[in-house]
Amino acid sequence: MLENYFPILIFIALGLILGGIMVGIGLLLGKLMGHARSDAEKQSPYECGFDAFEDARMKFDVRYYLVAILFIIFDLEIAFLFPWAVALGDIGMAGFTAMMIFLGVLVVGFIYEWRKGALEWE
Amino acid sequence: MIELLHSLLDATLMPLVPESMHRITYLTFETVFKITLILTPLLLAVAYITFAERKIIGYIQCRIGPNRVGPRGWLQPIADALKLIFKEIIIPTGANRNLFIIAPVLSLAPSLAAWAVIPFNDHLVLADINAGLLYILALTSLSVYGIIIAGWASNSKYAFLGAMRSAAQIVAYEIAMGFALVGVLIASGSLNMGEIVAAQEGWLVHWFWLPLLPLCVIYFISGVAETNRAPFDVAEGESEIVAGFHVDYSGMAFSVFFMAEYANMIMIAALTSILFFGGWLSPFPEMIPILGEPGLFWLLVKISFFLFLFLWFRATFPRYRYDQIMRLGWKIFIPITIVWLIVAAVFVLIGLPPWFD
Repeated sequence: MLENYFPILIFIALGLILGGIMVGIGLLLGKLMGHARSDAEKQSPYECGFDAFEDARMKFDVRYYLVAILFIIFDLEIAFLFPWAVALGDIGMAGFTAMMIFLGVLVVGFIYEWRKGALEWE
Repeated sequence: MIELLHSLLDATLMPLVPESMHRITYLTFETVFKITLILTPLLLAVAYITFAERKIIGYIQCRIGPNRVGPRGWLQPIADALKLIFKEIIIPTGANRNLFIIAPVLSLAPSLAAWAVIPFNDHLVLADINAGLLYILALTSLSVYGIIIAGWASNSKYAFLGAMRSAAQIVAYEIAMGFALVGVLIASGSLNMGEIVAAQEGWLVHWFWLPLLPLCVIYFISGVAETNRAPFDVAEGESEIVAGFHVDYSGMAFSVFFMAEYANMIMIAALTSILFFGGWLSPFPEMIPILGEPGLFWLLVKISFFLFLFLWFRATFPRYRYDQIMRLGWKIFIPITIVWLIVAAVFVLIGLPPWFD
């Protein structure tokens, strides 16, 4: 059984290697073939013609955090639903009822966050 | 082919390998050979989708599109690739050098590796694992790391904004997508991709798109949002944040991002065909000769159709505003998918013919 997963390991490794080779070739050929003259202007981060006047690692909107946290909740919920969905044919009515209660709790939470305005993005 | 590979290995490498390692060596080389058979067409397809995109959008806008390189422009992608290879990769002064170089690799690897579990017909699949869909879900989630790392490592404001937007958008649509996948699981009762297609046995009306229609539509639209394609391409938004997370990338580093995006597009098209449109099954009833035969051909037709939809969307719809994107993802898609999950579960419990009897 575990042997079936072996190609996946190889595939992921090969994907990483392929990406690495391509970026590597780009770096190498760019160095060899191009006139790699560089100056402060060329090396500065792009900012529409301005000099970059402060570090770009600035404060950002807290709503991005909120989205990330809500995502974790819902993604966990999906992870819970996966085994239930696969087994639904075998567990029948009892399993269905149990999951409806679970979903009901989550929907209440969803309505709460909606009403609280966590999903607003003005 | 495999025998040829074996004899080649016996002649060259095997005498150097200790006896106990023989089996794993054979297996490794066989797998690498098979992966090459998947990756070569895939990368060619990626190159020619860029060409198809420019041609199709050109014709939609009453232009001809690229037609100078080679007969009718057919060598354009090759010329593009050559140009990009020879471009210098500029690493900005403020950037985190290592992260900057790793980011494109991290976004390409999962978009290629996800192909390991895609079944091309009823016996042609690289890794026939029983958790196929879970693996797909995991790998498609990974691609967001490449984008975030790229945006952070560039140390540019545009790149940073693009990465934040893109990350929030991808995770928002990931949920709708996950719920749609749960719907497919309810309908098929298996995580294995081959068994999901086998559960749709039959012709057009037997496939899951009909009982799961809302989930199918939402899955594909979420897929468009997930790959940051128009009309959900605020992460790139040429007119506002120039090119988003890859604004400071040039040459091959940029083209690796580009390839990852297009490989993801093909992936979404392939998944939509497999999960909702019967994969390699034929849309015609089996009675009809030739056309009723299942096979790889039908999978390719379906993938091409959904890829065309991607391009068609891009040529047709104006870009969404960011708040509209978030509203669509959270307030429309998620409620609809939750409701339809329950409906699908009821369908399965009552054994609704012709799908679930």
